[in-house]
Amino acid sequence: MAMTDQAPRFVNRADQKLWFERIPAPWWALAVVLLFLPVVANNFWLFQVMGWTFILGMIGLSLMFLAGYGGMVSLLQMSIAGMAGYMVAILGNSGTVTVSLGLAWWIVLPAAFLIAALFATISGALAVRTEGIYTIMITLAIAAAFFYFTRQNYTIFNGYSGFNLVLPPQLFGVNWRDPVPFYYLSLALAALSYGAVVYVSRSPFGLALQGVRDNPRRMAALGFNVTAHRVAAYALASVFASAGGILLVWQNAQIAPGTIGMSAAIDVLVVAVVGGMRRPLGPFIGAFIYVILQVFSPDILGFFGFSADRFKLIIGLGFLAIVLFSPDGVLGLWDRWRARRRQQQDQKTGGGVA
Amino acid sequence: MNAPVTPPRPVALGQSHVSAGNALELRGITKMFGALAAISDVTLSVRPGERRAVLGSNGAGKTTLFNCITGDFLPTAGLIRFFGEDVTLFPPHERIRRGLRRTYQISSLFAGLSVIDNVYLACRGVSRNRFSLIRPRRDDALVHAAETLVEAVHLTAEKDRLVGELAYGQQRQLEIALALSGAPRFILFDEPAAGLSPTERRDLVSILTTLPSHIGYIIIEHDMDVALRVVESVTMMHNGRIFKEGRPEEIEDDPEVQELYLGGGHE
Ligand SMILES: Nc1ncnc2c1ncn2[C@@H]1O[C@H](COP(=O)(O)OP(=O)(O)OP(=O)(O)O)[C@@H](O)[C@H]1O
Ligand SMILES: [Mg+2]
Repeated sequence: MAMTDQAPRFVNRADQKLWFERIPAPWWALAVVLLFLPVVANNFWLFQVMGWTFILGMIGLSLMFLAGYGGMVSLLQMSIAGMAGYMVAILGNSGTVTVSLGLAWWIVLPAAFLIAALFATISGALAVRTEGIYTIMITLAIAAAFFYFTRQNYTIFNGYSGFNLVLPPQLFGVNWRDPVPFYYLSLALAALSYGAVVYVSRSPFGLALQGVRDNPRRMAALGFNVTAHRVAAYALASVFASAGGILLVWQNAQIAPGTIGMSAAIDVLVVAVVGGMRRPLGPFIGAFIYVILQVFSPDILGFFGFSADRFKLIIGLGFLAIVLFSPDGVLGLWDRWRARRRQQQDQKTGGGVA
Repeated sequence: MNAPVTPPRPVALGQSHVSAGNALELRGITKMFGALAAISDVTLSVRPGERRAVLGSNGAGKTTLFNCITGDFLPTAGLIRFFGEDVTLFPPHERIRRGLRRTYQISSLFAGLSVIDNVYLACRGVSRNRFSLIRPRRDDALVHAAETLVEAVHLTAEKDRLVGELAYGQQRQLEIALALSGAPRFILFDEPAAGLSPTERRDLVSILTTLPSHIGYIIIEHDMDVALRVVESVTMMHNGRIFKEGRPEEIEDDPEVQELYLGGGHE
């Protein structure tokens, strides 16, 4: 390949550290907390709160990859996740034996990823010729079309009722729907997706995608096929959304048109925006906030005598506040807070920033 | 390298008197913006390795001509051949991959990326594995090529800074580095000296005069001191048309040119 086998020409000291030495301490702390959470947390936290956070985070991550690196805001990511989830139900086993094909898991899972990637690629090819608000509109239109299709089509998608009793395969004799195995499974897939996005962001493809975001015309004038790069980004992003979608069917043990409805599509956008779209960590933070609000606001609202389904109001208000005060999400707030603190410390010690 | 014989290939507009030796050949290029003809019926040929200036007052259509050559705009009429190949309808990236390069009059860079990443992208764009998901190693040939280019435009000290934070002159230098990536055969420079300090201008002239001799270019430049020192031929444009071609000293002394262009009150 393009790699040469000569000795490194530009060795600079900072890069001589091994890869794990470059990971900052807070990340180690987070890793330890997440790994040992099952020791202290109950099943509800592991399965509902954290499992759902990882799933939503992964679907949000696929949007972050498109929007943060590629400048393409897609409302389609929940549909892609749903397509993968539906495929697991349709090709594999479910309670709807008249439709489900009952194929082996090692056919079902790759096929689900592939079909979702195909769906993403075709939709992407339609969407990438538009910019800004038009991308949002066209992806929303495709998402709506897919939603209504699943609701009306009974031969493949089993219409309104969808599929229930969709269970993960009993690999290695483990019931992956038990809270602790499911927690570790979703944690592992979320970590893998996060790592993949971080890694790819510095690869030729990832850099080129950021170039397309900053200045598509110049990218073409450097020899890049801008349209092909955008479509490929949809295909790659589908992998993270699909992984989230498959976990989602397993977690709920069912999938129905409601899973991929318009409000779910918009929730993914909310999650990514609230957390921050500039970095892959953002969607996971957004997902955690969203899930916590969703899970606990009924109690709080009930305490003040409001109906529990008002929680969307709280989320909506939070979304509005974030968009108004910190367009780059909670992570952006955090960055600014740290920058300000550093500045204040510099002033105290007299070592001002030039 | 520049093989004088081109393989026979279908020509879109039907003309067949191929003058294969030319690096760039324009025939009857016209570009309309609504009712405005930004350039009309421009015919021009440039030999491989030839260095030419295009001069003309503001709005003469120089930049529009570049945009047609690179494919940023499709011409309303006319034919463009690049090293014998009809590229009139090619998308920009296909022309760039064949060895065409350009700089922009208004810097057109990637503000959110570092200097080295900007140049690395330029090198990657004209090589293989553009879609690679594998990070380049430190000893990757393209990383090395990018570092060499950054050094050539004196930006090594700024290599890890975000391009959005660079001074104006440094951004202009970076524009040039992007155009030198890979193996260029022909480069279009759109006012590369505009806004540069005297030192930076000297650097620019030395970059241009030390380019390998097989690389030809067209330079648009208002500064006669720069323009006439780095070219062997000059094309004068006015109101979208070519009205004079010649050697630099002929053009400099031409009374019509002096009246139209030097007296044209540009800038
Ligand atoms: N994208 C565009 N849409 C409409 N009109 C345009 C466009 N680009 C250029 N023009 C018009 O075409 C004419 C030629 O413009 P062009 O930029 O090619 O001139 P120029 O010779 O490069 O001038 P300058 O020396 O100011 O850079 C001008 O009248 C300009 O207003
Ligand atoms: Mg111009």
